[in-house]
Amino acid sequence: MNGIPQGLEQKANEIILRYPPEHRNAALVPVLFEAQKSLGYLSPEVEAWAASTLGVTPVRVREVISFYSMMRREPAGKYHIMFCHNVACSMRGAESLQRYLESKLGIAAGEVTQDGLFSLAAVECLGACGWGPAMLVGEEQYFQLTQEKIDKILDELRQGRMPAGDSPTPLIGNVGLPTE
Amino acid sequence: MHRLSVARQHGAYEMLQKALTMEPAQVVELVKASGLRGHGGAGFSASLKWSFVPKDKFPRYVIVNADESEPGTFKDRLILERDPHALLEGALICAWAVQAEAIYIYIRGEYFYPTKIVNQAIEEARANGLLGERILGSDFTCNAHTHPGAGMYICGEETGLIESLEGKKGQPRFKPPYYPAAIGLWQVPTIVNNVETLAAVPWVFRLGPEEFAALGTPKNGGTCLFSLSGCVNNPGVYELPMGFPLDGLIHNLGGGILENRKLKAVIPGGSSSPILTAKEARGIRLDFESVAAAGSMLGSAAVMVVDETISIPRLLLWVLRFYAHESCGQCTQCREGTGWMLRLCKQLLEGKGKSRDLDDLYEIADAVDGTTICAFGPAVAWPTKSYLKKFRHEFEALVRE
Ligand SMILES: Cc1cc2nc3c(=O)[nH]c(=O)nc-3n(C[C@H](O)[C@H](O)[C@H](O)COP(=O)(O)O)c2cc1C
Ligand code: SF4
Ligand code: FES
Repeated sequence: MNGIPQGLEQKANEIILRYPPEHRNAALVPVLFEAQKSLGYLSPEVEAWAASTLGVTPVRVREVISFYSMMRREPAGKYHIMFCHNVACSMRGAESLQRYLESKLGIAAGEVTQDGLFSLAAVECLGACGWGPAMLVGEEQYFQLTQEKIDKILDELRQGRMPAGDSPTPLIGNVGLPTE
Repeated sequence: MHRLSVARQHGAYEMLQKALTMEPAQVVELVKASGLRGHGGAGFSASLKWSFVPKDKFPRYVIVNADESEPGTFKDRLILERDPHALLEGALICAWAVQAEAIYIYIRGEYFYPTKIVNQAIEEARANGLLGERILGSDFTCNAHTHPGAGMYICGEETGLIESLEGKKGQPRFKPPYYPAAIGLWQVPTIVNNVETLAAVPWVFRLGPEEFAALGTPKNGGTCLFSLSGCVNNPGVYELPMGFPLDGLIHNLGGGILENRKLKAVIPGGSSSPILTAKEARGIRLDFESVAAAGSMLGSAAVMVVDETISIPRLLLWVLRFYAHESCGQCTQCREGTGWMLRLCKQLLEGKGKSRDLDDLYEIADAVDGTTICAFGPAVAWPTKSYLKKFRHEFEALVRE
């Protein structure tokens, strides 16, 4: 179908199998999520396709997209940055670090750089408070951020390389889970 | 450990094998004797919840709540990334106990990496006869799937989660009648438990319920993963017995306050819990009853440490910004109240506040408390009221008359 990323159809069919046949519409959020992963945003074509594939009304698709904060109907930058500005990170300097990041990118939170390379969102807690300040770039996670670490990450991204992230999340504290 | 071969060397799925030789009701009894309580926020007895499933209604489902979005909480992440088979084993034991046909693991959308690991674990388990038809050669058939969230805190609330899983906006349902154990996913009986709660279940079997219970306090069985964050030298996830002293967590394990500063306050159970002044926090133990007796709640055991350099009105701004963003919009008090409180708090910090605003803030918080569909209302009201009450002088200092 026109405007539908390659492989999405098949991915959607796999996802639908997770739910009882009479509840295939439960696949709506995961399918939209996959669509956004491959296309970068949710286009009108994708919306229409999701509605017909899952047997829900276009209004419901639109409603769901506007409810969930990670879903967007406008293209983001090639590298979409989600920077945490919640309590624990803020206690460890996230506010000034966000200003630093904004000045390095030349945009404010909610904007896309002119070259389309970066977009920035100030987001709520990322579940990484002990490793804060924290952010995601695309699907990769970066923790214990400092100005130097941000410089390094942006430099590599500008050269077209995805910098190594903090996956798996480093162990801090005393969790006795054995490591490999 | 996230690999099946390694996990099995450590005994993964042996307890499932054991549970499958027991009657489902016996499994519930065994978990009951362990005193295991929910780690998702409310501390509700796990076995009691399982026993609420109506006898004659099928199919049934188990949902693992891996939304982990209460600010300050980051413990489930480690289980998902590093010990997913413990979670799957616990969820399967629960599914056997309540005779569920499938498990859905609802993972917040921001957890890309943890989701990848859990999906791998599911694949491995399925390929090795630990999921799917006739698990471990028994009569039990059960599947497991992940389901992503897409960035809304309210989808951590169990009925909001269920709506979200059904492919809708994650707006909470009225309780009653919508207690998930009776009327849950697709209107059938559904057990919703937190990741940590279910990952503890194999340990209940491994240690035996008495030994497991004895790790904690009489009313709080076992251990707890504490997420320690904020102004401490060693933030992190600490697995400790229920009832561990807060002072020990902050000052010994946590390495004390950053740069030897003075402790101002502690938020003991995630951003929804009332704040404790340094004085109130001194000497308390971290179990559900003790933290409640001190005037707050253990919640998700997310301990956030606030030192003397942090302004409480600023802290309130961060907290209100979060709740104003996350209100699902169904209840007028919550939708309007959170936005209004945020505006008042902003004005105060910009030096444009009047002393009347402090009373307004308190009254709006009060109006949101206990009048809404879900517990999000109290979750914003309690911290707000506690900050205003206990640190009134800091707010007054910002007022320009
Ligand atoms: C606003 C709100 C947000 C919640 N967020 C979460 C969450 O992120 N993770 C979680 O496990 N429980 C969360 N809960 C609690 C769930 O509703 C539910 O009680 C819990 O998942 C039950 O699991 P447990 O009995 O194992 O604790 C939240 C509750 C409320 C009111
Ligand atoms: S209290 Fe708030 S979050 Fe909960 S249902 Fe009402 S509007 Fe939604
Ligand atoms: S407050 Fe930033 S990750 Fe939790």
